[in-house]
Amino acid sequence: MTMPLLQVNDLKKHFPIRSGLFGRSKSRVHAVDGVSFEIARGETLSLVGESGCGKSTVGRAILRLFDITGGQIVLDGKRIDDLGPGSLREMRRRVQVVFQDPFSSLNPRMRIRDILAEPINNFGLAKDKAELDARIKELMEIVRLPRDAVSRRPHEFSGGQRQRIGIARALAAKPDLIVCDEAVSALDVSVKAQIVNLLQDLQREFGLALLFISHDLAIVEHMTHRVAVMYLGRIVEIAPRRQIFASPGHPYTKALLSAVPIPEPGAERSPIILKGDVPSPVNPPKGCRFHTRCPLAFDRCRSEVPELRLKGEEQWVACHLENPA
Amino acid sequence: MPLLEVENLQVHFRTPTGINRAVDGVSFHVNPGETLAIVGESGCGKSVTSMSMMRLIPEPPGKIAGSIRLEGRDILSLSDREMRALRGNDISMIFQEPMTSLNPVLTVGRQIGETLRLHQGLDQAQAEARAVEMLTLVGIPEPARRVREYPHQLSGGMRQRVMIAMALACNPKLLIADEPTTALDVTIQAQILKLMLELKQRVGAAIILITHDLGVVAEVAERVMVMYAGRKVEEAPVKELFRSPRHPYTQGLLGALPKLGSSLSGETKRLAEIPGQVPDLKQRIDGCVFAGRCALATDLCRQYAPGLEQKAAHHIAACHFAAKEQAAA
Repeated sequence: MTMPLLQVNDLKKHFPIRSGLFGRSKSRVHAVDGVSFEIARGETLSLVGESGCGKSTVGRAILRLFDITGGQIVLDGKRIDDLGPGSLREMRRRVQVVFQDPFSSLNPRMRIRDILAEPINNFGLAKDKAELDARIKELMEIVRLPRDAVSRRPHEFSGGQRQRIGIARALAAKPDLIVCDEAVSALDVSVKAQIVNLLQDLQREFGLALLFISHDLAIVEHMTHRVAVMYLGRIVEIAPRRQIFASPGHPYTKALLSAVPIPEPGAERSPIILKGDVPSPVNPPKGCRFHTRCPLAFDRCRSEVPELRLKGEEQWVACHLENPA
Repeated sequence: MPLLEVENLQVHFRTPTGINRAVDGVSFHVNPGETLAIVGESGCGKSVTSMSMMRLIPEPPGKIAGSIRLEGRDILSLSDREMRALRGNDISMIFQEPMTSLNPVLTVGRQIGETLRLHQGLDQAQAEARAVEMLTLVGIPEPARRVREYPHQLSGGMRQRVMIAMALACNPKLLIADEPTTALDVTIQAQILKLMLELKQRVGAAIILITHDLGVVAEVAERVMVMYAGRKVEEAPVKELFRSPRHPYTQGLLGALPKLGSSLSGETKRLAEIPGQVPDLKQRIDGCVFAGRCALATDLCRQYAPGLEQKAAHHIAACHFAAKEQAAA
């Protein structure tokens, strides 16, 4: 078997909550608590879950936007979670990001040309001015923006166009993996479709791997190869698209899928309405973290943490119902 | 008689770079107890339409023309005092962002009670008792304790429940819900939509639901009005609209929507795109507002704006080319 592009092993990230005199930290937010997965070259893995489940924290940990609390992140067989600033550079080129908000993720004072030139110059990807200009021109074509737009500033563009600029900036570094953190969530339906199609074309053309972080299950189903469902800092289910959407294994995945409104009036639906809210990640529930809202919870769920176990061929589910003791 | 009749509503804003025609000649009605959804993308004027029904548009820079009649009374000609008596009592509103639309320094009980004291003349103790009742109604656990809490102590879903409790406290005839579930997670959204429908039946209020989420529309609306660039482009009963959309914009929207379960039948199809961008509303548009992005557009569309035409029973659309249904013999 070939080596995956990215391996994440037992990733943990806890944020201390500072309070009291001298900011002593009393408690910690368990944002990500033992998450493992792999992404192959050219593959899309989607991380889905509700707000506060830790999906964005996973993305940011892979981007090395902060130090992690525990676990390993391995890119192409090389650990990147313990790299120093010097050796991080090449890793930063290979892993790029597109953020959710195209309004705050572009510097309003920079012209599009400078926004795109920055990564190219940073990573020494152009020999001279002519090569740089040619590359910028090429990038504008790739994301289907008018070539003469390079001398304008971000505020002159609509949300969808700005997201194209964000994508062009990520591509400028010639990455292997792009983390898309809710990259299409802020866009209107008609523009969202344009950007989703663009991402799919780019993936095919450049063999990009995507970590697609989203709460929009219909978009995820449309463009992903595999899906990892997160709840309160842990993966509860990870499987290829077909299994997740045809036969979800975890009660949370089932509830999540059943809650999505379907644009078909009068469609036969029986949504599983979960009770209550997501518990606080400061004191996550003992045992299975979902047991406080799970309609099927029994005694074992309240005491023993379920591990991810293989169900069928490639479907991993962390639920005691799947592995009777 | 319809509960609400809006005729030729125009809301224009004076800006340094020209007049923004946010809503440009929109007419519609809402029957008692009915749920009408107004859908469209950002900037189409759906929120401005709803704000004008509450008379919440600042004038200037805004300017409202046309008429909005609630049970035959023209809201736009009411004095500020008369409007205050109506607002929160006959018409009430739920906003998208429950954190910014609740007052952070007042307890939720006080905020729910305020409308009751103001409109129904209840005293402090009665208002609090009724607030507890309302919190119970919207399914908040331990209402007697929660009523003394502040908004920051509640989760997003609970805050939206408080907003709903507040909006329904005076049994309004019309509830305007502006993106009520957009800021919420899907499992919480499912709870809130279910709650809104249950309460609607209990209170008998009509609902205007403003949203960009066609899934939510299909789930709760009875009739749908589609807006684009400040104009109404199509209106139909919900099933009819999803089954046979007539306007190319509506068709585009529905085609651009990925559907859950799409991968189960094998390969997923490429999403349909609507090319281009929404037009600048500061420029005068003489023709069809959608002409710049429409595959069917001709010179006729660019020169003359199509009027709303009856295309089938209860189904109107503003398009020169949208097919009409043959009248049944």
